[in-house]
Amino acid sequence: MTDPLLSVQNLQKHFPITKGLLKRQVGAVKAVDGVSFDVVKGETIGLVGESGCGKTTTGRLITRLIEPTGGKIVFEGHDITHASQGRMRPLRRDVQMIFQDPYSSLNPRHTVGAIVGAPFRIQGIKTEQGTKKAVQEILELVGLNPEHYNRYPHEFSGGQRQRIGIARTLALKPKLIIADEPVSALDVSIQAQVVNLLEDLQNELDLTYVVIAHDLSVVRHISDRVAVMYLGKIVELADRKSLYESPMHPYTNALLSAVPIPDPKRRKERERIRLQGDVPSPLNPPPACRFHTRCWKAQEICSQVEPPLLALATGHQVACHFPENAPAPGAVSTTGEGLVTADGGPAAGDGTAAE
Amino acid sequence: MTAPLDVPATPTDPAPVPTVAGVSATAIQGRSLGQIAWMRLKRDKIAIAGGLVVIFLILVAVFAPLIVGLFGHDPIQFNSDLIDSSTMAPKDGTGISAEHLFGVEPVNGRDIFSRIVYGARISLLIAFLATLLSVVIGTLLGVTAAYFGGLVDSIISKTMDVFLAFPILVFAMALAGIIPDDAFGLTGDTLRVALLVFVIGFFNWPYIGRIIRGQTLSLREREFVDAARSLGARGSYVIFREILPNLVAPILIYATLLIPTNVVFEASLSFLGVGVRPPTPTWGGMLSDAVRFYTMPYFMLFPGMAIFITVLAFNLFGDGLRDALDPKAR
Repeated sequence: MTDPLLSVQNLQKHFPITKGLLKRQVGAVKAVDGVSFDVVKGETIGLVGESGCGKTTTGRLITRLIEPTGGKIVFEGHDITHASQGRMRPLRRDVQMIFQDPYSSLNPRHTVGAIVGAPFRIQGIKTEQGTKKAVQEILELVGLNPEHYNRYPHEFSGGQRQRIGIARTLALKPKLIIADEPVSALDVSIQAQVVNLLEDLQNELDLTYVVIAHDLSVVRHISDRVAVMYLGKIVELADRKSLYESPMHPYTNALLSAVPIPDPKRRKERERIRLQGDVPSPLNPPPACRFHTRCWKAQEICSQVEPPLLALATGHQVACHFPENAPAPGAVSTTGEGLVTADGGPAAGDGTAAE
Repeated sequence: MTAPLDVPATPTDPAPVPTVAGVSATAIQGRSLGQIAWMRLKRDKIAIAGGLVVIFLILVAVFAPLIVGLFGHDPIQFNSDLIDSSTMAPKDGTGISAEHLFGVEPVNGRDIFSRIVYGARISLLIAFLATLLSVVIGTLLGVTAAYFGGLVDSIISKTMDVFLAFPILVFAMALAGIIPDDAFGLTGDTLRVALLVFVIGFFNWPYIGRIIRGQTLSLREREFVDAARSLGARGSYVIFREILPNLVAPILIYATLLIPTNVVFEASLSFLGVGVRPPTPTWGGMLSDAVRFYTMPYFMLFPGMAIFITVLAFNLFGDGLRDALDPKAR
């Protein structure tokens, strides 16, 4: 395997909660608590999970908008975990972000030309035929009229505004784009347009995406690999096909069972898994497996031993003592295949955890 | 909400066709936010009337020597011949004549019209400069507090509280008493004006500072600030290029609404005798002089009206400006 473009290792972000005049720390919101994944050049990795599971925080950590508490972020061989703003500045050309809300991500006081031209100005880049020409080319690339250079954001619709945001992201020809819920603020009909635009741009410009979304259909459409997050941890990471067709983690199963099916006949056939209760507070997450409080398969071990994220099949990592659809218990990628099925339960779980 | 994205052929595939995204180039001419605000303001007749009065007052203040030269007399020139020496009042009660349009003051017979016109100079000059000082200090500290947060915010916010609790009137009176006739290289009226600008401006900044701080706090969380930062923008770029342009509207609005407050403040200080010293005409000073002749309320009429009209005009204009620039604030 070639070196990954981006490697995230055991990334953590704890937001401290302080009290009183002396700012005594009384606790921490563990928004991201040990997330690891690699992104290979040219692929799209989807990050899904419910609100508050830490997926947006992960994206903001990678772009270094917030300072990581622990772990490591390696981009193209550079450790950028704690890189200073000065050291980070040249690297920012290569790592860019698409924001969620097209109404808040564009400065209402700037023209489209100023917004899309800002990357050139901030990075001090001179283009051959001037910034205006460069900006107009990018506008055309994202399907906007270059004549709109002097317009203000309020004159555009949500979908158009998101295109302006994408144009700004593309201005410096980045290698990696973190797309934080790129379509969730848009109308469903516009979502398809923007998702297709992102895919076309990927083919055209050889981009690598980390797409953060809570919409499983969007992620399925756009991703090569998908990571499912729950309470600040990745619980399952697999290529799209195996994740959607044979999800192993109970949480992934529950999420997938909640995706609406447009066909009423097929909908009746499916069993809807309803999770009990709310997501526990990240201030005080459950011990060991964080999902055990809501998991119908949970047993004693789940609240005592934390299941590690292990590859149970080729390219399919899952953190669970009792995975579903698993080909073989404890069949870590190094060991052979074709062992007993996973229904065995506790014993298999024990074995996995002990390793 | 789940998009029907699984459907293989999505109807629109926009990238290669630039026209999909919207109107053709030759359609409606785009309008900037300033143009839109101006259109809204133009429709607000009351605000426009206020604005016209404001412009008129400014012109009067600027061209005071010309106006006085055309119509009347020097504002500090005594006309003892018009005064009844037994009652000290003007001989016919008001002294109104073709020469003295608004009449003359009691005791010394100074022309009221000239004094009102010149009074506009002092009033507006002090009100504008003090507002400018407040706005500059308030904006700088408000943005700094909100943008950097933490300890910086605590210190600046507590300082604002201290300033708001300060007995500014008492302080101004004390200061007027201890400052000699020439200090800091300034003398006479210049020193007094500078002193008033300092006292009024320097103690009023927390009001605008708080507003700016609040606005900045909410702007700072907007995604365009993150976007600029993720492009590698420094703090100064974010403050001056991203945040400040969005503060122009509140700054303009609250400056316009602060000016009348300062006009009243200046008049109060002059009334109390700690403003610009006589014989330089000020509206507050004229009111103060007129109080001694309370049996003849006519002499309070013109300075009182001048203050009233100025304050009203600025307030009406400021309200209209707020509605035009920030329609959601209502």
